[in-house]
Amino acid sequence: MFFGSGIIRGMLVTLKNFFTSYFRSAEEEGGVITVQYPESRLPEKERFRNFPFLLYDHVPDNLRCVACDICAKECPPKCIYIVREFDKDGKPLKRPATFDIDFTVCMNCGICEEACPFDAIYMDHEFEIANQERHEHLLYHKEDLLKSNEHFHKIRPTDATAIDARRREAEEKKKAAVAAQAAKAAQP
Amino acid sequence: MEKTFAVKDTMDTQTLEINIGPQHPSTHGVFRMNMVLDGEQVVSLKPVMGYLHRNHEQIAENISYTSSMPYTDRLDYFNSMSNNFAYSLAVEKLANIDVPERAQYIRVIMAELTRLVNHAAVIGFLLNDLGAFFTPVLYAFREREKIVDIFEEVSGSRMMCNYFRFGGVKLDMSPAILTRVKEIVKNFPKFLDEFEALLTRNEILCMRCQNVGVLPPELAVSASITGPMLRASGVNYDIRKVDKYSIYDRFNFRIPLGLKGDVYDRYYVRILEMRESLKILEQALDQIPATGELVSKKMVPFLKAPRNFKPPVGEAYGRVESPKGELGFYLVSDGTPQPWRYHVRAPSFINLTILEDLCIGHKVADAIVILGSIDIVLGEVDH
Amino acid sequence: MDIADVKSKLEQAFPGIALRPVRDTLLMENAKDIVKIAQFLKDSPDYQLDYLSSLTGADYLEYLEVVYHLYSMEKKTGPLVLRVRVKHDHAQVPSLVSVYRGAEYQERETYDMYGVVFENHPDPRRIFMWEGFEGFPLRKDYQQEDSETLEMEDIEWLEKHGIPVPQDLSAKAEELKKLGRRAVAQKPGQPEPE
Repeated sequence: MFFGSGIIRGMLVTLKNFFTSYFRSAEEEGGVITVQYPESRLPEKERFRNFPFLLYDHVPDNLRCVACDICAKECPPKCIYIVREFDKDGKPLKRPATFDIDFTVCMNCGICEEACPFDAIYMDHEFEIANQERHEHLLYHKEDLLKSNEHFHKIRPTDATAIDARRREAEEKKKAAVAAQAAKAAQP
Repeated sequence: MEKTFAVKDTMDTQTLEINIGPQHPSTHGVFRMNMVLDGEQVVSLKPVMGYLHRNHEQIAENISYTSSMPYTDRLDYFNSMSNNFAYSLAVEKLANIDVPERAQYIRVIMAELTRLVNHAAVIGFLLNDLGAFFTPVLYAFREREKIVDIFEEVSGSRMMCNYFRFGGVKLDMSPAILTRVKEIVKNFPKFLDEFEALLTRNEILCMRCQNVGVLPPELAVSASITGPMLRASGVNYDIRKVDKYSIYDRFNFRIPLGLKGDVYDRYYVRILEMRESLKILEQALDQIPATGELVSKKMVPFLKAPRNFKPPVGEAYGRVESPKGELGFYLVSDGTPQPWRYHVRAPSFINLTILEDLCIGHKVADAIVILGSIDIVLGEVDH
Repeated sequence: MDIADVKSKLEQAFPGIALRPVRDTLLMENAKDIVKIAQFLKDSPDYQLDYLSSLTGADYLEYLEVVYHLYSMEKKTGPLVLRVRVKHDHAQVPSLVSVYRGAEYQERETYDMYGVVFENHPDPRRIFMWEGFEGFPLRKDYQQEDSETLEMEDIEWLEKHGIPVPQDLSAKAEELKKLGRRAVAQKPGQPEPE
């Protein structure tokens, strides 16, 4: 072909895309796929993992975390700091007094969620946490991290129902074992 | 490079030393090149790196094996799945773990999707360096967005996937996601045809890329070059065919080779490799078993307690054909949960050895194009 | 690759050479032999090991080690691993750049991280750390300086250039000097109290 035909062919491709983008919707090939954020958003994916949050069952006081420190040890950049709570006599309780996560260090890997043996910490979907002050606002304490089980069901329904079913099964097995133990002890 | 001005022979000229400095839109990251120029021609070129050195190897000596997996995502931050793949291969060699069937197929699907994503974007960035400001990049990114959405649905994150575990993968792919991948694979050749119509016979591209940066095959082998750059010079070495790691010996695909080894060949080899990756993906999506376990039985207790994983004393070197070349991990274990030595053999770092040889005699604009065709990403160069 | 086979062929070609198999790798007792062994393995028609995949160092507390992984692109055969051991205070190994060009940047990296000096290297400079950096980071006895604490020599330099130093920083520096310690960063693994 003549010299310059390659360039003209390329320009025809861009011209075709320019005109068809007016007539196609976003899902078809050739449509405009830009989403005008923040007026409209993309649908949230269920497995999206961003920063962690602590789970409580009905009341914020009833949190599942027992301050075992496993997530703090497993965290790759070491952004979790936990101090166990002691009661008035000095005996350790199964609750954390401080649970700090430094969001400027956290790299959203999800290993704390994998390692927790008590189903207490999970990854949230919150990503709009920008602020003007780095050291005050981006160091989250226990009160900021606590979120309810209903919130968990809303953001990750399949995982939440599976975990609830597993915990209920474990509870019932424990109750059955305790009942069997009591029945055996009651027998002479 | 003939001299066309007679007055130049009698003029007393000097060489000019400039810095194509760390902040530059065309250096693919924070990368500095000290160039000595005679007019517009390059006389010598010294790359300076280390601006993104994050000491990944020392961090890994202090945390457990699984906790290093999110750090490997950030090495070649463009293709995180293939970094995870190389690291899991190295640990599986070290500790003798085998991988169940469905997990193997999922791994191959993820690795080949990563190759598609990388080659499309790299061709776009090469054209960015040539001056086609962002049009090919955005054409490529339209396809990349679909694939990266799949990564988000499967693993939770678009780029830092942290998806592979030793002995398998972390989470399952539902049948709906597999259907979407099949659709992407069906529509991808149409995108490739449009991309080639835009670029391959473009006269500007041909005149600026052919006979620029020619790499002879003996120099390429001696300088430890791997990846599409080596195959564009005509050397037939692809680790997927040589080592036959994972299940690549079950698939039928060819290796494209170049003739001359210039920038145009490297661009065209990447387009052909994308077509071969589509073939592998079609075969893998047909053959994947419908159910199966995701992690080898030996490693299931360590999914919840990574700090207890203690591989036996020894060493291992695991390598994969990442989209940029040979990515290898050298691990030495002393029986404790932390590795004793952890080394990354980064392809972009080693492919930069011959940057000076390729650029001497060309002009500054050609040097930028040659750097774009070597395909570096600074996270890997500096680990 | 069969280590015993390689060892016997090398002992035939270079009589008197000292080699020892370690697991399934080959250790060269004398570091000076590496260049001629590498050239022999590259040229010999049985092996044709023309591709140096990885050159790296390791620190084993009593000695430093340099490990080479060699492959063959012609015959597509598997890795042959060679090792060389040197002591910490006189760590000198001949450079392989004359045999494999690809060793250039990897040897610079090993020098930068471990302090192994490669003789006859065309460009023996640090590659990742900045010029003027003291110390070799990946050695096991390396202690990182704490970037937020000043020492007496830093305070003297600042005062010489007329920059005022806050009282608490200079008090801390004097205390460190009295104890004779350097400002060392905390070892990773200890989360700092908030």
